[in-house]
Amino acid sequence: MSANVSITLQNTDEGRGIIAAIMADNPAATANRYPAMTKIDCPGRLVMNRETISTELGRDYDLQELNLTLICLSGNVDEDDDSFTLAWRA
Amino acid sequence: MVLEIKTNALSQRRQTFAHIARRFGEDRPASRYEEATYDLQPEAVAHYRPTWDPAHDIYDKTRTAIVMQDWYALKDPRQFYYGTYTIARARMMEAADKAMAFVEKRGSFATIDPAWQDVARFYLLPLRHVEWGANMNACSITDQGYGAAITQATMFATMDRLGIAQIISRIGLIAGGPAALDEAKQAWMSAPEWQPLRRLVEDSLVIEDWFEMLVAQFLALDGLLMPLVYDAFDAAGQAHGATPLSMMTEFIADWREETAKWLDAVLKATARESQANSDHLARWLGHWEARAAEALAPLATRVLGGEGAPVLADLRRALAVRARGLGIVALEEAAA
Repeated sequence: MSANVSITLQNTDEGRGIIAAIMADNPAATANRYPAMTKIDCPGRLVMNRETISTELGRDYDLQELNLTLICLSGNVDEDDDSFTLAWRA
Repeated sequence: MVLEIKTNALSQRRQTFAHIARRFGEDRPASRYEEATYDLQPEAVAHYRPTWDPAHDIYDKTRTAIVMQDWYALKDPRQFYYGTYTIARARMMEAADKAMAFVEKRGSFATIDPAWQDVARFYLLPLRHVEWGANMNACSITDQGYGAAITQATMFATMDRLGIAQIISRIGLIAGGPAALDEAKQAWMSAPEWQPLRRLVEDSLVIEDWFEMLVAQFLALDGLLMPLVYDAFDAAGQAHGATPLSMMTEFIADWREETAKWLDAVLKATARESQANSDHLARWLGHWEARAAEALAPLATRVLGGEGAPVLADLRRALAVRARGLGIVALEEAAA
């Protein structure tokens, strides 16, 4: 099954870095940009890696900081210190 | 009555400044770091050559032997511009203030083994003069350097070194009042263990090529001095109850780690640009690393005794490995 998972983030300076990291790590993802937010859709599964986000932002990033930028998400969450995965569990 | 709320999406005409978009090749949102860095270096319309150096333009790429197609390739992975830099340092300084207040309030420095208190005062406090030299060097690099990517980072380093000198001075005041700082100045000016290092710092102040100065100060000297003092000496002090001292120097340990990320990225990009660049870096590192090792040897022996020489040899090996990772291979090694 490949229904879309999605995540919506604010268009802040920090948000742009996170979005760039997600787009780099998930080639299948598409970003829909709106005036103040960006909604990223991805078929099946979407991964965010702490490492990539840290490189984009130029500082150590704690994935829990995501809550400061996050607007909305859909998909089942699987989270640990190094990565944050959205997928639909069948 | 039915009220219908409609949303209208207005698309921006531009995502960023035109010069940034030209650099990207597309008009996409740029980060603040990119907007505060790219193409800030004045390049044209500098009428007169400076009277103090008529051989060069006021902003001149040829003040160093290093050649870069694009000087903005030397980006800072920490993405520091004024805002992010001051926020990061304010956070670190707050922690340092707290640690010093903690030690001062409890009189913790006095709990260190008295013999080691003398050792610590001897090896740590004169370093504020070394940091002042580093401050001068970083400022001089900023002055002569080319491209905002590197000069803004070196300007931040300039202020950092002054800050570190101040932190060491404050530690001195806690560790023995103004008299301790006067004694440290005496040691710096006349103790035989400090003279080779003082000579090295003074020689580094007059290096002509600013990129050589960057290698000499930040890679060669700091690459050996920082781990020697803040790792090896600090570790030796733990056996004498010197934890209060470690708390107070933690700012410097954090700063070193963070700054190494910047320096390594800059040197890696420089070495990758061309073989000629890489050779220059290797030559400068070879020369100044040997000088630094020679200058630090008496200090290492004084503090660590017989352990001093092997510890310093280990640090030199570690620095060589780090340099190789950056694409700087010592010339004799490359020939072998």
